[in-house]
Amino acid sequence: MKIKTFLYSFKEGLKSIYRNRLFSLASVGTITACLFLFGIFYFILSNFQYIIKTAETSVGITVFFEEGLAEEKKQELGTLISARPEVDRIHYLSPEETWQSYKEKHLKPELVETFGEDNPLENSDSYEVYLNDVSRQRTLVNYIKTLEGIRLVNSSDITASGLASFNSLVGYISAAILVILLAVSVFLISTTVAMGISVRKEEIAIMRLIGATDYFIRGPFIVEGILIGAVGALLPMGVLYLIYGRVTEAITSRFNTLANVLTFLDIHTVFARLLPLSIGIGIGIGLVGSYLTVRKHLHVV
Amino acid sequence: MRDRPETERKKQRNLKGEMPVIALEHVSKSYQAGISALRDVSLRIRKGEFVFIIGNSGSGKSTLLKLLLKEIEPTEGKIFVNGKILSRLHRRQVAKYRRGLGMVFQDFRLLKDRTVFENVAFAQRVIEAPAASIRRQVPAMLAMVGLTDKQKSFPRELSGGEQQRVALARALVNNPVILLADEPTGNLDPRNSWEIMELLEEVNRRGTTVVVVTHNQEIVDMMQKRVITLNKGILISDEQKGGYSYENQNLSL
Ligand SMILES: Nc1ncnc2c1ncn2[C@@H]1O[C@H](COP(=O)(O)OP(=O)(O)OP(=O)(O)O)[C@@H](O)[C@H]1O
Ligand SMILES: [Mg+2]
Repeated sequence: MKIKTFLYSFKEGLKSIYRNRLFSLASVGTITACLFLFGIFYFILSNFQYIIKTAETSVGITVFFEEGLAEEKKQELGTLISARPEVDRIHYLSPEETWQSYKEKHLKPELVETFGEDNPLENSDSYEVYLNDVSRQRTLVNYIKTLEGIRLVNSSDITASGLASFNSLVGYISAAILVILLAVSVFLISTTVAMGISVRKEEIAIMRLIGATDYFIRGPFIVEGILIGAVGALLPMGVLYLIYGRVTEAITSRFNTLANVLTFLDIHTVFARLLPLSIGIGIGIGLVGSYLTVRKHLHVV
Repeated sequence: MRDRPETERKKQRNLKGEMPVIALEHVSKSYQAGISALRDVSLRIRKGEFVFIIGNSGSGKSTLLKLLLKEIEPTEGKIFVNGKILSRLHRRQVAKYRRGLGMVFQDFRLLKDRTVFENVAFAQRVIEAPAASIRRQVPAMLAMVGLTDKQKSFPRELSGGEQQRVALARALVNNPVILLADEPTGNLDPRNSWEIMELLEEVNRRGTTVVVVTHNQEIVDMMQKRVITLNKGILISDEQKGGYSYENQNLSL
């Protein structure tokens, strides 16, 4: 296609949008609503995923051995646990390390002095087990409890698996709403383009007689659809970009007890994926809506 | 091998310019089963001819032009235009094919929201002509139809005759081989009608084949061109230097 033809299509597309401004506005409005919601769901989903990810790596299981268990036996247990598919990695914590971190976390320095060189946690060496999938924590705990030589299994956070199932629920709901909004958007764009075609019926008939090619006749309407879709995508992204920082800040300060769990993704990380995705969806809606309509109404020679 | 000499002869005729630019062979068209708009029409129009097509209302004149434009398909028969067999043109080739034809209608069919200049330029834009060609061709056409000072006017600001001249400029701006006009003077007074006819004759003198459907008896009688008469879809006469003869009148009653 010649550049001139492209410019022509662009200009005519803009004109058509202006002529049907009411319907164009309605179309932009629905796409905006659609992608605004999409953006919000995307925020929720990606941040939950991020929170869970952080939780998965920080939350672990601690496994203590029966008193006086032989060194080889401990190693054997380590190999068994590591072999589980849901296990990401395990870490052996010696009695010294355990005592050291306990001292640092819970004891006053003057109290530490009184212990001297003794290690009261002589028998409290352990494995810290990190999962690659929090939702399977319970299964793993049950498994480890059946092993011989285990005194105690501590699993620190049970909310993680609840978080995971909530995440997938949000996923399903947002998918359902999105599908409905997508359908409405395509329908509205199609109506807008159909109106544009009916307004220009006479002109199109003349174009055909003069010898305009199909793509020349269709071009402006396709451009119209794409432009509506693109504007409908950029508008909500702009708004979301402006409010993202404020909303995450508000949530963090509101629930400051959870501050160490609620770690939000950086705005640029989120938009690096959300922006192209939304523009793609917006333009996709515009293209599909206008292309179907143009095919239907401009098919006869 | 038998066909060889014949194709060879055809080629030769083509070279001499004798090959008809329009040819219909046993063409019939019925819109609905049973009612024929055209019946077994055969005719040939050579390059550079000026032809009137006359006949009563409903005799199939517009149908004939629509067939030539490939707006509709014949029920039977073959149509050749500009060396192409129309039935063999693919959907995608129709646009390019039509660029060889100019078309003028009784109701002008101008774009109301565009100036005279833009209406004529529109035909060039539609075929994606370069800007230089638009700058050259459009003023030339407007000068030919005598509307240079009206180029910034809108169609509603023009008389019927002027509007038809704009339509003519638009039809000619892409240098068509054939100009088809369906009752171009149908909405015009005698003076404007004659002006249009004189322009069509001028266009024909410059080499364009012109086919004019008309009801204007006086013009047909005066201009002494070839006249093809249709009656109820049948070609009933085809005369060089014909007129709106009384025979035809009687037949149509
Ligand atoms: N689209 C159509 N559908 C059905 N019948 C049609 C259609 N177009 C034309 N006809 C019929 O075909 C016949 C020929 O019509 P056509 O328009 O070719 O006549 P015409 O000679 O141009 O008449 P006029 O001088 O009134 O313009 C008429 O009987 C008309 O009713
Ligand atoms: Mg007619």
